[in-house]
Formats: sequence, C-alpha cells, structure tokens
Amino acid sequence: MNATISLSRRSFIIGVAASAGGLSLGFNVPFIKPAHAQGSETAPEINAWVVIRPDDTVVIRIARSEMGQGTLTGLAQLVAEELNCDWSKVTTEYPSPAQNLARDRVWGNFSTGGSRGIRESHEYVRIGGAVAREMLIAAAAAEWGVPASECTARMGMVTHAASDRATFYGQLAAAAARITPPANVTLKDPKDWTIAGKPLPRLDTADKLNGSQVYGADLKLPNMLNAAIRACPYFGGKVESFDAAAVAGMPGVRTVVQVDETAVAVVADTWWRAKTALDALPIVWDEGPNRQVTSASIAAMLEEGLGANDAFVGARQGDAGAALSAAGRTVTATYAFPYQNHATMEPMNATALYTPERCEVWVPTQNGEASLAAAAEAAGLPVQQCEVHKIHLGGGFGRRGNFQDYVRQAVSIARQVPGTPVKLMWSREEDMLHGAYHPTTRCRLTGALDADGNLTALHMRISGQSILAAVRPQGMQNGMDPVVFQGLVLSGTEGTLGYTVDNLLVDHAMRNPPIPPGFWRGVNLNQNALYVECFMDELAHAAGVDPLAFRRKLMAKHPKHLAVLEAVAERIGWDTPAAAGVHRGLAQIMGFGSYVAAAAEVSVTDGQLRIHRIVAATDPGHVVNPAQVERQVEGSFVYGLSACIYGECTVNGGRMEQENFDSYEVLRMAEMPDVETIILPSGGFWGGVGEPTIAVAAPAVLNAIFAATGKRIRTLPLKNHDLA
Amino acid sequence: MARLIINGTPRDIEVDPDTPLLWVIREQIGLTGTKYGCGVAACGACTIHIDGVATRSCVLPVSAVEPDQQITTIEGLSPDSSHPVQQAWLALDVPQCGYCQAGMIMAAAGLLMQNPNPADEDINAEITNICRCGTYNRVRAAIKLAAKAGEATQRG
Repeated sequence: MNATISLSRRSFIIGVAASAGGLSLGFNVPFIKPAHAQGSETAPEINAWVVIRPDDTVVIRIARSEMGQGTLTGLAQLVAEELNCDWSKVTTEYPSPAQNLARDRVWGNFSTGGSRGIRESHEYVRIGGAVAREMLIAAAAAEWGVPASECTARMGMVTHAASDRATFYGQLAAAAARITPPANVTLKDPKDWTIAGKPLPRLDTADKLNGSQVYGADLKLPNMLNAAIRACPYFGGKVESFDAAAVAGMPGVRTVVQVDETAVAVVADTWWRAKTALDALPIVWDEGPNRQVTSASIAAMLEEGLGANDAFVGARQGDAGAALSAAGRTVTATYAFPYQNHATMEPMNATALYTPERCEVWVPTQNGEASLAAAAEAAGLPVQQCEVHKIHLGGGFGRRGNFQDYVRQAVSIARQVPGTPVKLMWSREEDMLHGAYHPTTRCRLTGALDADGNLTALHMRISGQSILAAVRPQGMQNGMDPVVFQGLVLSGTEGTLGYTVDNLLVDHAMRNPPIPPGFWRGVNLNQNALYVECFMDELAHAAGVDPLAFRRKLMAKHPKHLAVLEAVAERIGWDTPAAAGVHRGLAQIMGFGSYVAAAAEVSVTDGQLRIHRIVAATDPGHVVNPAQVERQVEGSFVYGLSACIYGECTVNGGRMEQENFDSYEVLRMAEMPDVETIILPSGGFWGGVGEPTIAVAAPAVLNAIFAATGKRIRTLPLKNHDLA
Repeated sequence: MARLIINGTPRDIEVDPDTPLLWVIREQIGLTGTKYGCGVAACGACTIHIDGVATRSCVLPVSAVEPDQQITTIEGLSPDSSHPVQQAWLALDVPQCGYCQAGMIMAAAGLLMQNPNPADEDINAEITNICRCGTYNRVRAAIKLAAKAGEATQRG
C-alpha cells in the first residue's frame, strides 16, 4: 500500500536538506505524488500528539493555549524535533477539553499560566514525538521486511540505506498508527537539536497580518445572537431590579435576561444594538456591603498588617528579630503595590449554544478544562454532554485561566435562548470594572548593617492580599498562601532568594480586602522583586557601597542569580560612566524557574522621565526558541513598565474608578525603551519565560531614577510622583 | 440606509445612522479583522483608512462617512498580504497575540502614506496604538523596514 520510493531512481540533487539534515546518501528526493493515492481523507493519528496526512502534512496537537507567548510554536518544535519531520510541513491544532477528558487526559494539563507551557510539558511532548517517530520507522521496517534498527528517520522520511529505500511519513502513517508504541524511547540531547532550540518564525503569524485570524470576539455561527452584559459595579453587590420593558422595543433587541444574581444582559441581533439597549436599560443595584471601601481604607488595612504580631513565615534563617534589635545601624522602608487590571486587548467573551441535552462553548481560554467545568456547571449538564472549542486569545496574562466568569455568564444567557448560539462580549468598561486584579500588598523592610557595611539581618514583612485564599483555597498550606513568597524562599526550583543573609525573616500578614484578586502576568514576583531589589539599593546606598558590589557580597552562594546580574551589568557598562545626564539601576530575581536580571538607563529632565535603554538577561535553563524568548522578554518590559509608570486601579465607594484606557493608561510606543536581551541558558533545568523578566523592570528603573534624582520611589505607580 | 465603499466595493447597508463605523464593518459587512478594544478611540485596535487616512472607527458614526469616501480595512490593504507593511511585519515576525496588530498595521500604512520615511519622533507621535503583549520595538523596526522597502520600490 505504501508508496515506497527507491532512492536509486532519484536524480534530484539538492543542497539544503541533505547538507543540514545529514542524509547519509547526500541527496534528497523530489516531492512526488503517492503512486497509489490514499483512498480516504481521514488522516491517521500516530499517537495523541501527531497526526500525519497522506500529503505529509504533520499536524501537531497543542494542549496549551496560544495567547501571543509563542508556546504553540515552541511546543510544536519540541514534538517535531523528536519526530524528525520536515518543519515546513508542520501545522498545529488544539485537541478539545472534552476529548482530553474522554481519553483519560492523554494531553495532560491544558492550563496555560505561570510560564509553565513549555517547562512543564517539554518531556511528554518530546516523548510523544519520539514514540511517533519509532512507530513510523517500525512501519517502514515491517513493510520492507528489514530490522527497524537498520532504518533511520529524517526530514519526514524513513530510509533503509542498505537496501536503498526510502519513504515519506505520509505514506507510512496509516500503518504506523497500527503499530504498538514502544515502551521506551531515548530523547535527544538538546545539543543535538536541529528544530528545537532554533529561532524559527512563529507558525501563527500570517493570519495576524490580514485580518483572517479568528479571535473569540470574531466568532460567527449560523443564527447567532449577541449579548452585552452589565454586572453590578459594586464588589459584592447584586441586581435588585431592571426594567426590561423600557428597552424591549429598541432595534434588534430579542430579550433582556438576568444572568445570575449580579448581572443583566441584553440579547440582540448585533452586539452594538445589544450594548445600545443595555446603556438605556434602567437597572437598580443592591450595592452590597462594601460601599465604604476605598483605596484609603484598604491602605489602612494593609498598614495595620505591617506591624501585626501574627504572620505566616515564608523564609527564616538565623534570628532576624534578635539581630535587628542588637544591630548598631538599621535601615527601614515601606513599599506599596496597587491593584492593576490585566487589560487584555480582546475583552472577555464567550459564545455558548445550549439545548437541554448539550452545551457547547467557544472561548478564548487559558484553561480549556476549567472552561469545560464552568460550562457544565452553568449548563446544569454532565460534563460529558458539554464541549469547549478553544479559540485564539487576544491576550491572556492570567485573566483567562482560573476565572471563567464569562463562560458561566455566556452559558447562563444561552440557557435562556435555548437552541440559539449567543456570543457574549464584555465592553472595555465591563472588563475594567470586573477584573481579577493584581493583588495589592505593602512591604516593610528592615535591614541591619554592620560597621563594614555588610547586611547582617533582614526582615521583610509583607502585608496584603492572598490570591489563593480567594481563588484556589485548596492550594493554601495551613492557612498560608505560599505563592505570596514568590522569589523570596530559601529552597525549591521555582524561585529562591538570591542573597544569603545570616538572619532573615520573610513573613506575610494576610489582609484580604473585598476586591477579587487574580493571577496577573508575573503574579507576586512583580512586587516582591520591587521590594527586595529597591531595598537592596537603599541598603547599598546607606552602606556607601556600589549597588552591584553590595549585592555581589551576598550572592556568593547563588551563582546563577549572580551570573545574569553580572551579564546585564557588563553589557550596560556598569563600570564605565554613563552618558551625561544618564543614570543606571540594577535588579535581579528568580521566578517561574528562571534567573533574570535587568539594567536600566534613564534620565530625568525637569521631572520628565526618559527610559533610554534596558538590558535584560534570563537563564531559563533550556531555550526552545531564542527568537520567541527575546520577544517575550521585550514584551515583558512593556507589561512591567506599564505597571511601573501607570498601572493603578483605585477603589472608591466599593468599586473601581478606572473604566477604560483613557483613565487606565498603559505604556505606548513613544515611551518604550530599547531592550537588549541576553539569553544565558545554563542547562540542567527548565524555567519559564513569559513572566519572570516583568518583575525586574520596575526595580531597575526605580533604582536608576534614584541614581538620577536622589528620590526613592516606594509606591507605584510612578505617575503619582513628582520627579522634579 | 447608508452607502459605503469598503475595500473598493460599494455596499448599501441598513443601519442606524449613529452606529459607529467599526460595528458596521464588523457586524453588517462581516469583516472582523478590525477590532474593538476600547470604544473611546484610546487604543487604536479599530484603525482603518478613510481616503487613505488612518482613522479610529469605533467613535465615528457611520453617518459621518460620505458615500464617495474610500474605506479600507485590514482585509483590503492588499489582496495577498503583499503590502510593504504586511511584508515587513512578516519578515520581523511582529505579532504576539495579534489582536492589536490589524490596527497597528493600518496605522503604520497610514503613516507611511503621509510620510514615506518617518523618523522615530514621527513614529512616536503617530503610532499611539496600544499593544499589551509588548510588540512596540518590533513595530517600530517593521515600520522602518517597510519605509526602506518603499524607497527601494520607488528607486527600482
């Protein structure tokens, strides 16, 4: 059945594939049509990860969600690397969450957050590729009646050199699919990679240049209606009443529905008409119990925690309390980090089709399985009668993972118009008012310096909000939220403190205001890096020691932390004077399994900040696509600098005050500094990429601002401070 | 009823006259490459061209568009992604999530029409679109690359 090609019949001499791929025969084959066309259009699934079509197209299944971070391309590279396929023939598809469930979660975890897409799945996706390769080889060997050990697979083709035969994967796929998978495969040493590890272009660029990429907001289904929603803007509030009759006759309006206790939606033929009617809809809110809550009341709540006796301990070494009491000289400072909104460019949305027997949802989601669970719950149907279709995300940043509020809402609306698909889309205002906000915390740091300017004790008291307590209480440890201490702990692989301090105490007084918190790109590493790295700068200054030299003394036992810091210091020219008027700052941290550092060059003229240049370094252990790592690092500075300069959601009267980009400013092109990225993979571990460098953006810049102005900014955002 | 020329094709559309052009394009015409991001002309995701001028369509009532004005959306910028800006975007692999990129590309193409060789200051002043993934530096590089390609074409 398989179209086997005899190599000796081929005369096509080529360069690239043979020389790069090392086909031992020194030539390659032209693409020829199968001698015997496959009778069926069904493409054989070699295993869960790999489908190969008769035309040699390799479809690689991607369980994690692509939201701009490049994981789709990187994961495909890892599978393709082991599969030894022709990269130019690779395409991708998402398996659905219901398929995963039905197949005993063969694709593992769908959740895409915490910079875990590649670092947590690299091994099993590579095994998937390697197993498929071995099955293809076994199929060819069986076809030819030769030992599999004599066959090799390369560039999408299996070759048996001894008998001068070769055949393409597309011809082998059907037979390979019937082969028993090998129990063991050996994965390649990353130093031998030819597809992974290379700066390949993304697989998903072309559709993003001409409008053809379909996002959740763009979805069209036959007979689809559109819904606009308004939830009670007061946290903890509810719908008291609404007057549907007042808008029932407006153009295009089909129905007005209560969504749950908290929200009302208008369903119309178009979204614009739904929103127009919603704006005209009289709604009375039960404003709930939090009308007295303001940013000031939250600040006071956190301030109390800074001095409270009870706190969860995240890191302890020696006796910081005693050492600080006995110290000749101490330095103390208090920092604060505000609420922030994810502000994905694509507002939250989901499309649902409900019948009493079945519920389907189309949604841009970071966690398809969480979407499925939310859909089933909202539909009141067994999960087996539900399906989620993952759609490309217009940004995620943590907003579209744990929180499936928009899915529940869409299903709740669809239940009220059974049999008709309804696309729910939030307005930007709804998105800003109903975030899962970056939690607010404060931190009081006290350090002791000896006569020689050495740091002998450090107490970091964090006070503020726990994400886990609100959204994942099952992750709490005896009441403690371990995620609060990102980057500050003494052991583990996720993010350890890069300094040795003989007497150290890092503790957390949990204070949870009634504002919903969430995982926001970089999560708690963002503020923890700000606290520890700006305070290191303060200590160095107090000790009269260069900030790099001061850190070095504490980092002897943390060579990987130090290596990235030294790298950025060297590249920025730390030991040489900056240009006139330009000042520098440094920061380093470990988070999401990677070691990162940044150096910033800024100037402040008449109070006007200009960030000239950022040098960033990351050691993520292994690099699957250096071009994508570079883009993620660059992009992380946009996110981190937006947070540093502008990011702030203020609470007044129990609700957020910012409703759109006109009041929630973010970084734009004019303010974007040059970013140079140094990638220093030291091997031996797998760290994340999308998030960690965000955390060093603000401290590097704030330390540079101190160097420029002598002003120590301890409360974000910068827009609230006068630098003149 | 409104008459609009969109990507070279005249269209007669039943629409409330105060509907923003963005929603006419997305919902009546069905061209969804142009995005909604803010609805207050603050983010630029909805940028299109009207007679070659980059325009934010989310606050522009459809009634403000004259029947003879040429509206160009990302789908009509070129038939095959061959516009120098699209080509530069491809060469530098600019998009991340991509949601803002249609607006970015339209804003960039509009800028290059007015100013074929923009300096950094011109780019800063004209490209005020928001990208949350953080593609700004690549957007800037791609605009310069497209400008260079345009120069070469003119010389060629």
